[in-house]
Parts: sequence; structure tokens; C-alpha cells
Amino acid sequence: MNDTLTLLGFGDTGWGDDLARGVLVTVSLSLATLPIGLVLGFVLSLAKQSEDRLLRLSADIFTTIFRGLPELLTLFLVYFGVNAGLKSLGQATGLPEIALSSFVSGMVALGVVFSAFASEVFLSAFRAIPHGQREGGLALGLGRLRVMLLVILPQLIKIALPGLANLWMNLLKDTALVSVIGLADILRQAGIAARVSREPFLFFGTAIVLYLVLTIVSSVGIGGIDRWTKRGEMAK
Amino acid sequence: MSAETSALAVPAPPRQKPKLAGIVAIGIWIAVAAAFVVYFVNAFDVTLIQRFGMKYLSGLWVTISLVAVSFVCGAIVSLPVALGRMAANPLARGAAFAFVYFFRGTPLIAQIFLVYYGFGEFHGFFETIGLWWFFREAWYCGLFSLALNTAAYQAEILRGAIESVPKGQWEGGRSLGLPREVIFFKIVMPQAMIVALRPYANEIILMIKASAIVAIITVYDLFGETRQAYSRTYDFQTYVWAALLYLALVEALRHATNWAERRLTVHLQR
Repeated sequence: MNDTLTLLGFGDTGWGDDLARGVLVTVSLSLATLPIGLVLGFVLSLAKQSEDRLLRLSADIFTTIFRGLPELLTLFLVYFGVNAGLKSLGQATGLPEIALSSFVSGMVALGVVFSAFASEVFLSAFRAIPHGQREGGLALGLGRLRVMLLVILPQLIKIALPGLANLWMNLLKDTALVSVIGLADILRQAGIAARVSREPFLFFGTAIVLYLVLTIVSSVGIGGIDRWTKRGEMAK
Repeated sequence: MSAETSALAVPAPPRQKPKLAGIVAIGIWIAVAAAFVVYFVNAFDVTLIQRFGMKYLSGLWVTISLVAVSFVCGAIVSLPVALGRMAANPLARGAAFAFVYFFRGTPLIAQIFLVYYGFGEFHGFFETIGLWWFFREAWYCGLFSLALNTAAYQAEILRGAIESVPKGQWEGGRSLGLPREVIFFKIVMPQAMIVALRPYANEIILMIKASAIVAIITVYDLFGETRQAYSRTYDFQTYVWAALLYLALVEALRHATNWAERRLTVHLQR
């Protein structure tokens, strides 16, 4: 028991500080990916409702590809594919070579996957808002942008929140995949600690507990946002 | 059509002319597709296909069999879990909830690592109870984690589907004097399964995608074969082949589900 505490402790003898840094990396990767996924997903959902057939088709192709590929494969495609592309581009143009770090690759790959799923969530939320809302806003003389921001969006967030909350949980868990291409997140730190200390059960178990804590904290936070979006209803 | 109705009929809206945004968007996809075609024509290598073609197919078979076996095992485990979630007994409810929360709240890759690397620590214990042959093999470890993971998700699907069947169906069965098991298996379950069809199909698709993770613990599934082919050749098209195979698998499944759902709900359509 004492051994366990030493191993998990902070400082030179324990792995606590390494695991804590891993938590920080996991959380920051998730938080950095979220805005990309949300914005891209929102734009895609607008494209899917467009009257323009080609635009709809393009958005559908995007969704089909990135919803159908394993997240791990998408990650490898971005990490190896984009880096190979950048390398040959650098050689062709003579510019200094740049390469995506595992963090940025993870952000791009997970963001793209998130947006493919988020676009479907937004799309069904859009369909749940009656036409009259938009027409009413236009009849009041609001511009199209202001109708979107003041009338549609507040209702959209409320309807889409449960679906987006699910996607956030998936995103949080999918960041663990980025450890495979070398990101020092919870799982990788736990793996290193497990190999050095030869206590794999302890450290992978700790990693799982840390993910559980993140999930529980998220669901508390999402509950708060949910109450906030419904604040108008609770005033009754 | 009579003259009257044709006068009243609303003229079809003029066909929308594609606008700039659409043309640009589809143009990007066409450019991407063209780039891939050019890339493949240039990079096409018969020896590559001779060397890895069969391996890819065997990898595909490993993926499909792994998903199929763990889906069935998960379905068996999910039944008691779902019943536990709906039980009156708070102990059973709590245990089932903890099971579901644990497997849905943590990454599958961490669960697989825990089983594959972590259970090795209890090597002696598993040997005494005669289960070491199971936890020694990466394939079985992947199967074990995938099955428990999907059991948690399937339990929620099953619970939702069973609860979607109206209470009157139970009461109707009772009033006919049928025993509970008969009501459950012959009246409630068939109706619940139609509701659950689409979520189950989605779960299989998610499992196909998630099963790529077992490649990390040295199972040579489709993704594992791909990684090996890439590490031998450093040829990026190895990954593109895998992507095409995964997409084909998932899309085929999706269309099959749509077709099956249309066929099975014929009696519900008006």
C-alpha cells in the first residue's frame, strides 16, 4: 500500500506529477478541438440545408467520409499524409519544412470527426425550430444575420445541447487515441509509468479513474449549461 | 389531368442554378478525387498488391469476425445489465448503472490496455484458475474488452427499446393469462427489437471503427495489417487502401440497415 502511494506521489519518486501533466494535455487538446469542431459542424449543417444541390452534396460527402472512417485511421491519415504532403511541398518550393506536431494532428483529425457528427446534431436541431420563428424575425425587420443570432441560435443551442454533450464525451475519450502518435496525454504517461515501474495494472487503472473523473466533471458542467439554456423556462 | 386542376396547380419551382459556393465546394472534392486518381495511377504498384493484397483481406476478416463475436457476446451480457437497470432492487440498479457508466465513461483504448498489459500482473492467479490462455492472447484481450464495452452500450439500447413499448402491451398479456416470460419474449421483445434496429446497426458501425484500436496491442486486423504494410514500404497508399475498405464496409452496412428497416416496418407505414 505504501509502495502504491509512493508510485502515485508527486516528486522524483512518484509519477503523480507526470500523470497530472497528462491530464492537462488531455484537457487542453479536447478544449482546443471543440471550437474547430463546433464551427465547422455548424457551417456544414448550414450547407446541408442550402438550396444549392452541389453544396449539399459536398457536405454529405464530407460527413460520409469522416463518420465512416475509424478515428484512429483518420488520425494516421492526417499525421502521416499531411506531413508527407508538407514535406514534398517544402522540397518542391524550397521553403523551410514544417511538420504537424502530434497535438495539431490530433486537433485536426478529431476536429474533423467531431464536425461530421456535430453537423447532423445541428441539422436536426434546425429542423426542430418552426419556420414561423424565422419569418417572425424577418417580419419585425431584423436582418438575416440578426435573425440567426437573436432568434434561431438561442433556441438551437438548447435543442442541440444533449447531442453536443454526447459528442464532447466522445471527444474527451478519443483524445486517448492521440497517445498512439506520441502525444504525452494521460494514457501515454500512464503507459510510460507502467513500463518503468512494472505496475501496469496500477497505472492503467489510475488512467481509467482519471478519465472517469473528467467524464463526471464534464457531466456536472453540462448540467450547468443545460440549466442556463433553460433559465427562461424555470422562471415560471 | 383536367384543365381546372392544371390551372390551380402550382408551377414547379424553377430549378435552382448552382451558385458559386456550391461550385467551389464540389470543385474542391473533384480536385481531391482527381488528385487521388492521379496519385494512384502514378503510385500503382502490382508488386504491392501481390505482397499485401491477401494480408489486407485476412485483416478484413479478422476485423469482421472480431466485431461479430464481440457483438454477440456483448448482446448476451447486455440482457442482464439492461434488466438490472430496470430492476426494482436498488442494489441491482446501482451495480448495472456502475457497469454502464464505467465502460461508457472511459476510453476503449485505456480499457484494452488495462486488460492486455494490466492483467498480465496477475499471471499466477489466472494460471491457477486456468484462464491464462485467454488473457495471454492479444486477440482474446481485444475480444474481452470490446465485448464488455459494447455490452454497456447495448444495455442502454435494449433498455430504451423495452421502455418504449407501451405498458398496455404488458397489461394485455397479463389479462390473457400469459406468464411473464412469454409476454416478454413473444410480445414486448419483437416490438422493442424494431425500435432497437437502427441503434444496434449504429453500434455495429461504431464497433467496426473502434476495433481498429486492437491493432495497437498487436492484433493483425485490417488496421494492424495496414500499419505493418506501411512500416515495410513507407508508402502512404497503404493507408488509403485501408480507408477505402473501412468506408466500403461501413457504407454497405448502413445501406443494408436502411433496406432492412424499410422491409421490417412495412406494416407500420401508412
